[in-house]
Amino acid sequence: MSLAAVPTTTVDPFSPEVLADPLPFQERLREAGPVVYLTSHGVHAFGRHEQVHAALTNWQGLQSGAGVGLSNFRLEKPWRPPSLLLESDPPRHDAPRRVLSAVLGPRVLRSLRERWSADAEALVDEVLAGPDEFDAVPALAEAFPLRVFPDAVGLGPDGRENLLPYGNHLFNAFGPANALVEAGRPRAPELGARVAGQCAREALSGDGFGAAVWAAADRGEITPEQAPLVVRSLLSAGIDTTVHGLAAVLHAFATHPAQWRRLRERPQLARVAFDEAVRWQSPVQTFFRTATRDVEIGGTVIPDGGKVLMFLGAANRDPRRWADPDAFDLGRDPSGHVGFGMGLHQCVGQHVARLEAEALLTALAARVASIRQVGDGERQLNNTLRAWASIPVRVHRA
Amino acid sequence: MTRQYSLCGNRWDAETYRVGVLREVAGRGGSAYVHDVLAVGDLVGLGGPRNNFPLVPASRYLFVAGGIGITPLLPMVHQAELLGADWTLVYGGRTRGSMAFLDELAVHGERVHVVPQDECGLIDLPRWLGAPDPATKVYCCGPGPLLDAVERICAAWPPFALRTERFVAREQGAPSRTTPFDVELARTGGTVTVPPDLSVLEALGKAGVEVLSSCRQGLCGTCETDVLAGLPEHRDSILDDAERAAGDCMFVCVSRSLGDRLVLDL
Ligand code: HEM
Ligand code: FES
Repeated sequence: MSLAAVPTTTVDPFSPEVLADPLPFQERLREAGPVVYLTSHGVHAFGRHEQVHAALTNWQGLQSGAGVGLSNFRLEKPWRPPSLLLESDPPRHDAPRRVLSAVLGPRVLRSLRERWSADAEALVDEVLAGPDEFDAVPALAEAFPLRVFPDAVGLGPDGRENLLPYGNHLFNAFGPANALVEAGRPRAPELGARVAGQCAREALSGDGFGAAVWAAADRGEITPEQAPLVVRSLLSAGIDTTVHGLAAVLHAFATHPAQWRRLRERPQLARVAFDEAVRWQSPVQTFFRTATRDVEIGGTVIPDGGKVLMFLGAANRDPRRWADPDAFDLGRDPSGHVGFGMGLHQCVGQHVARLEAEALLTALAARVASIRQVGDGERQLNNTLRAWASIPVRVHRA
Repeated sequence: MTRQYSLCGNRWDAETYRVGVLREVAGRGGSAYVHDVLAVGDLVGLGGPRNNFPLVPASRYLFVAGGIGITPLLPMVHQAELLGADWTLVYGGRTRGSMAFLDELAVHGERVHVVPQDECGLIDLPRWLGAPDPATKVYCCGPGPLLDAVERICAAWPPFALRTERFVAREQGAPSRTTPFDVELARTGGTVTVPPDLSVLEALGKAGVEVLSSCRQGLCGTCETDVLAGLPEHRDSILDDAERAAGDCMFVCVSRSLGDRLVLDL
């Protein structure tokens, strides 16, 4: 198929209008064809599940090492030292990935389950001791990950307030250099340096994920130079994502009272509910890849060195893959969504995110008879994340 | 029968697995089967690939191969080359004619030292391993006596410098079942029969028991399920040997049962 046959659009998916409500654009993208050329940024885009899945699992033809944002590291200098996981390819990706998979493996997380459940119960009790109406974003979606995750990594008490702004800028920086990136730029070097400082061995407690990464360096599984960058990937990728993942599931329940009743009847549905919310809202909306050679996807040849944009959020609502995709439904099997990616780079922290969500939802379901959103809430615009600034809710205690 | 072989192909080719199999005259029949019976076009089943012998980062590598122990080292040589590391391969075997992959290794020129025993005797290990070097990782695979000798010399090296894989006939568990087995659901009650052509995950799904999954290849860990009784046949790429032996959890998208019955925490 020749390039002329590829549908094009002039719409900028990173414009404030589209970021505020991406669904209509994503539907047009999916319906235009399996591959659409975005003239606004000179990249090919995929909105259908089949092509997004194919792109995610083709690490040989579509690399991450030239950056998973719009910027092409073959041509431009990255704004921070690239991630050893997210922004690297085999064979360099192998050792850091192996170490982090073990550090965040099923066994380790099992040992955290009880503590996190107790932490979730304590937080929910504190919140419920206050007024019936509150903002679920700061009170729960931000408060819970910030309470458990930095401790689990082993961060010191100082500087935790830098984590959310750092993550917010990082996820903006995967997009084009628009006003969102400009707004974050002045503080970026300072935040980057502070977060880097928190990854040093001396800055970490002896029993967290961070210390486990350094222990792997002591065993030679990664080098001592790599260790702080591997710890950094926990801090970059592990906080804003879960905050907005939890916000997504809280928003979903606060707008779907029947589903909340279902969860209360069968609290074991908490895991499915979280993945369904990750499918439905897709807190991580997009990532880019770079073609390592001429690669064919969906009948179109992506030229060597060309950037492609994968719309995870659009794939997660593709009617070709999902029945009634716009419904948030605990009766659905959300397995196979690409909200955590797929293939070689599939989220190494997904079990951490699920455990946090399970703990929080279980604690809430036991204590809250109904949770309803009051008003529309407020989105936080970000080039990569589908994020919430505020979700006002009213609860009735059980 | 079930056997484990080192993948020695090219990972950048997503469609092919390559293994090198030496005919073992005194073996248990696996290699003879591959050589005598298996023909192009036959279908073989496979479990998820596992990597118990990973290449860790280093600026220099010394690879020591004995005989068919070359197979896991072949992809490492390729990767060391891609990483721009300084590497050397010392490859011993009985005779030049008995040593596999020599043609493929020839492109690396000086980096590869071929030591056929009938021409040069055994590998001069003290020469290659004499002076401990903190920047070098030593990878060795081959017959027991070679590994023992390398381990003895490397006792003087920094900890974790030496990485080995032993080609021992691992205690093979019972062969994969070709008959159905039952999965008992401890929490919800009920029993689901898993026929040979369905995964546990699929059989559960058909019976209306939803388990969250994602990759369905034993890679991502999403479908982890606690095992309360019975012996799982692990086919995932996630658990290490100790975790497999513990037998208290399994990945139901790929792993199965060795016995007639598994009890799962579902
Ligand atoms: C709801 C929460 C989360 C979502 C939606 C999410 C989403 C994603 C996605 C889509 C990817 C794939 C990137 C790609 O293919 O280029 C990814 C990778 C990654 N995630 Fe997550 N994530 C979440 C939570 C976490 C947590 C809690 C951690 C850390 C504990 C984490 C650490 C990582 C890392 C290190 C990678 C890179 C893996 C690699 O490239 O091999 N994530 N995540
Ligand atoms: S679904 Fe990924 S391991 Fe089973």
